[in-house]
Amino acid sequence: MSAKTWTPTPARPAPANTVGFVGWARENLFATKFDSALTVFCAGLILYVLDVVFGWAIVDASFSGEDRNACLKQVQGACWPFIDAKLGQFIYGRYPEMERWRVDWVFALGLLGLVPLLMPKVGFKRANVIFMLGFYPLFSFFMLTGGSFGLVPVETSDWGGLLVTLVVAVTGIVGSLPLGILLALGRRSELPIVRALCVGFIEIFRGVPLITVLFMASVMLPLFLPDGVNFDKLMRCLIGVALFASAYMAEVVRGGLQAIPKGQYEAAAALGFGYWKTTRLIILPQALKLVIPGIVNTFIGLFKDTTLVLIVGLFDLLGIVQLHFTDSSWATPETHITGYAFAAFVFWVFCFAMSRYSIFMEKHLSTDPNQ
Amino acid sequence: MQMFRKLCVGFMVLAAANLLAMPAVQAAGETLEIVTKRGHLKCGVSQGLPGFSTPDNRGNWTGIDVDFCKAIAAAIFNDPSKVKFTPLSAKERFTAIQSGEVDIIARNTTWSMHRDTALGIDFPVVNYYDGQGFMVRADLGVTSALELDGATLCTNQGTTTELNAADYFRANGMQYEIVAFEKADESIAAYNSGRCDAYTTDHSALYAQKLKLSQPKAHIVLPEIISKEPLGPLVRQGDSSWNDLVRWTHYATVAAEELGVTSKNIDKMKASSNPSVRRLLGLDGSFGSNLGLSKQWAVNILRAVGNYGEIFERNVGVKTPLGIQRGVNALWTKGGLQYAPPIR
Amino acid sequence: MHRDAVLQALVLVAVVAGMVWLVGNVQSNLERQNINSGFGFLSERAGFGINQTLIDYTEDDSFGRVVVIGLLNTLLVSILGILFATLLGFSLGVARLSRNWLISKIAMVYIEIFRNVPLLLQIMFWYFGVLRNLPSPRQALSVGDAMFISNRGIVVPWLEAGAGAMWYGLGLLALAAGFIWLRRRALNAKLTSGQPTQVWRPLLVLALALFGAAAVMAGVPFALDVPQLKGFNFRGGVTVIPEFVALLLALSLYTAAFIAEIVRSGINSVNKGQREASAALGLPESLALRLVVIPQALRVIIPPLTSQYLNLTKNSSLAVAIAYPDIVSVLAGTTLSQVGQAVEIIFVTMMIYLSLSLFTSWAMNRYNQRMAFVGNAT
Repeated sequence: MSAKTWTPTPARPAPANTVGFVGWARENLFATKFDSALTVFCAGLILYVLDVVFGWAIVDASFSGEDRNACLKQVQGACWPFIDAKLGQFIYGRYPEMERWRVDWVFALGLLGLVPLLMPKVGFKRANVIFMLGFYPLFSFFMLTGGSFGLVPVETSDWGGLLVTLVVAVTGIVGSLPLGILLALGRRSELPIVRALCVGFIEIFRGVPLITVLFMASVMLPLFLPDGVNFDKLMRCLIGVALFASAYMAEVVRGGLQAIPKGQYEAAAALGFGYWKTTRLIILPQALKLVIPGIVNTFIGLFKDTTLVLIVGLFDLLGIVQLHFTDSSWATPETHITGYAFAAFVFWVFCFAMSRYSIFMEKHLSTDPNQ
Repeated sequence: MQMFRKLCVGFMVLAAANLLAMPAVQAAGETLEIVTKRGHLKCGVSQGLPGFSTPDNRGNWTGIDVDFCKAIAAAIFNDPSKVKFTPLSAKERFTAIQSGEVDIIARNTTWSMHRDTALGIDFPVVNYYDGQGFMVRADLGVTSALELDGATLCTNQGTTTELNAADYFRANGMQYEIVAFEKADESIAAYNSGRCDAYTTDHSALYAQKLKLSQPKAHIVLPEIISKEPLGPLVRQGDSSWNDLVRWTHYATVAAEELGVTSKNIDKMKASSNPSVRRLLGLDGSFGSNLGLSKQWAVNILRAVGNYGEIFERNVGVKTPLGIQRGVNALWTKGGLQYAPPIR
Repeated sequence: MHRDAVLQALVLVAVVAGMVWLVGNVQSNLERQNINSGFGFLSERAGFGINQTLIDYTEDDSFGRVVVIGLLNTLLVSILGILFATLLGFSLGVARLSRNWLISKIAMVYIEIFRNVPLLLQIMFWYFGVLRNLPSPRQALSVGDAMFISNRGIVVPWLEAGAGAMWYGLGLLALAAGFIWLRRRALNAKLTSGQPTQVWRPLLVLALALFGAAAVMAGVPFALDVPQLKGFNFRGGVTVIPEFVALLLALSLYTAAFIAEIVRSGINSVNKGQREASAALGLPESLALRLVVIPQALRVIIPPLTSQYLNLTKNSSLAVAIAYPDIVSVLAGTTLSQVGQAVEIIFVTMMIYLSLSLFTSWAMNRYNQRMAFVGNAT
């Protein structure tokens, strides 16, 4: 008797229409009749939009030229030479050409500090934070305003473009973080008067549009100061933006504080820590780490909101682009759209990168085994 | 690390010192003293109106209003470059002067009774007599403002223009729709794009804004002038000697034109025996020191910016792109309104 | 605790002292410079024109009325914006989760583009970039010679209501009440007997009856006002100004991107079992979404949705950049420049927004409480 071993017949391959691209398409694009119709419609839509955008931005666009004549073609597309000619203005505003290297240094040093700070794996976080929050703002202040260390003074009214956008956004976030933390702690405080004041401040600033805060800073703040005491216009806007952002920041930080388990407070109390010691050493480090995505999201909002300073007469990136629409040597039917497209693209790159970073951090933090 | 911290602290102390130095304490009634001590004049101007105050390609400010501030700087410091210009929107301008952010505003601002009496400011003098007008597309076929019934007007928010237009259309029984923008650039852009049939503002500004249109020749300025717009510098109320200084700076340029003194012939004129010329140029009397200035005050002004006629022709006159006639801004001797009280 | 009391007293004293200092500064500044103060200006003649007024207005009206007009304009654009943004946002949120790969990606691209570009830029793009390319009134695009689209806006025919139109208004109110009653009856019937009840057919009968009655009482007091090109522009009908169109478009498209993300995370938060259970009960996917998933997702969606609605209302203040006469534009813009009393006017503007915000939060909190209660009871 010979033992019979049962050998299974090898599995047949899956039906051709369920694997590979065809299978994927059947599953994800043509699952039902309705789905198929939608897919066809959307594909048409995409092709149409791509055709319009591509045609405008590349096929029919002008790429070189010295003035408007380059862009007055029969078929009208984007007028890129306009951007090319004005790029220096869009980045630096009226900052004197001889002094622009100072702005470049500030940009470069900022990048140098920021990149390692944003990468969770790189060490020296503490030193880096001290550098970015202590040294860097001072360095930038002296570099940009001048007037000391042998640098020519440059009036803030000559600043413009991307420079102002970044100054407002970064100052807003750096200024609002400490204030926001204090407000958040105050809101969770057990002292009723402190709590009421903080709640009042937060709710008032969250309840009004930023533009009214900026109007307040630009036309009302001077009246609140003693006779003759005055700030620079940019400075006033920075104060307004920082106060506004701090109210939002406070709510973000509060979310982090609420997420800290009660045991942490109790453990700290058991060790004999007082309120400030507990907050500084136990609670805040954990809470802030939790809300990094929220802080980044607040920053994205703030970054977009910097455009509002153009309404009170500062020239941020959008403001300076708009200002140059009045240059009659570049007046063409496509100048406006080209300028807006350029500004939109710059803002989009910044905001999209930040939002991706926020998502990355969220994932990174949630898989952290220490959490 | 320790070293690094020390460096930071050092910087912080420096920055704090810098910040504290920023607010300049200013008491009422002593503007001249403060300006002298500070070493420069702070002058509020427009955000860019060709012919009046506008930065050129290299960022230098030019225009009638700019020259006015330069003249004051020349009178005080004998150096017209000792001015810092602050661009202001129509809305900010009064707060800026009230709060002492600037010492003077020369921003083609209309002198009206409400502004003079209710806003804590003074108008020392009128440096440009203007009136409101309309600009339309030439192909619209309109030749008079009275044909604008039913038209849409673009203008700037927060100006006397908005009120004048309302009054004019009502008085003539015409309908209109108004679109008022925050900034002049926005309203001219909207007019250019066809949002409005007409653009209305001060006559001089119409000529200036026309330069920003894509085809300036395709637009015409209608002849009607529907309001009085005496434009002039303004200062804070309550410092009458500063007020005097501003007023007489203007009169010095007008008197010089009347007497035939220009920036070019000023050295020759010093030899003149005409007593009026001698008083103007500080050869006789002590007019400069009564203003708290040097004897040479008017000479300094004229050297820096020239007489009123020169200022006008250089910035807005017929040979400039704006091409404005002297009109009511001619000297009183030539049928205009520019008239300086005697310097004696 | 004793120390806490001292601390609080100190904080209070510091804040009060700060306030007194600020107010003192304002007073001395205003007095010294001889600037008017108080709210007397609200009853003075405004004297300027406004290009969109929902209630009657002439230059002779007071600044007080200007405030009301600005507020109504803000509310109009906000409410319509909320409506459109919600519709578009929900569709995008659902599309984002669609099984159809292409649709989901289109929704994603839309969301990533629109929420990462500053709103002010979008407003200006639509206004100065797109609407400026529309033809002039004389070359207006016309829809059946009744509706015209030009760079002066969209002009549509309008029903001029005469005397007796009130009866029709009453009829409409009664119809709305009838609709609510019918819906409730149908729902009760469904819950108790499980039988579907007609809603639309009785409603149609009711509508015919009510408007028939109104016609008997008042005849037909309506005349169609069709716009016609006269002189520079169209006369008659109702004009939707381009400033309004641009603002509404930008606000809706921008906010919809945020709402879509909220809806997506709301739907994702609903337990997967709920979908499977609905499928097991034989509910088709669209019905499962509408009857099972979204009602449960709403509880997660509503709080962030409220804050988006508030954001939209506050963002409508960007109207000032394109001359749409909202509250900020007419009050903190024109009125401020005419009157010059910065303190009072900025204060009033902020108060108005603050009241809007507080009212909306209060209303939404009430709604939320009700939702939570119902949720726990069933």
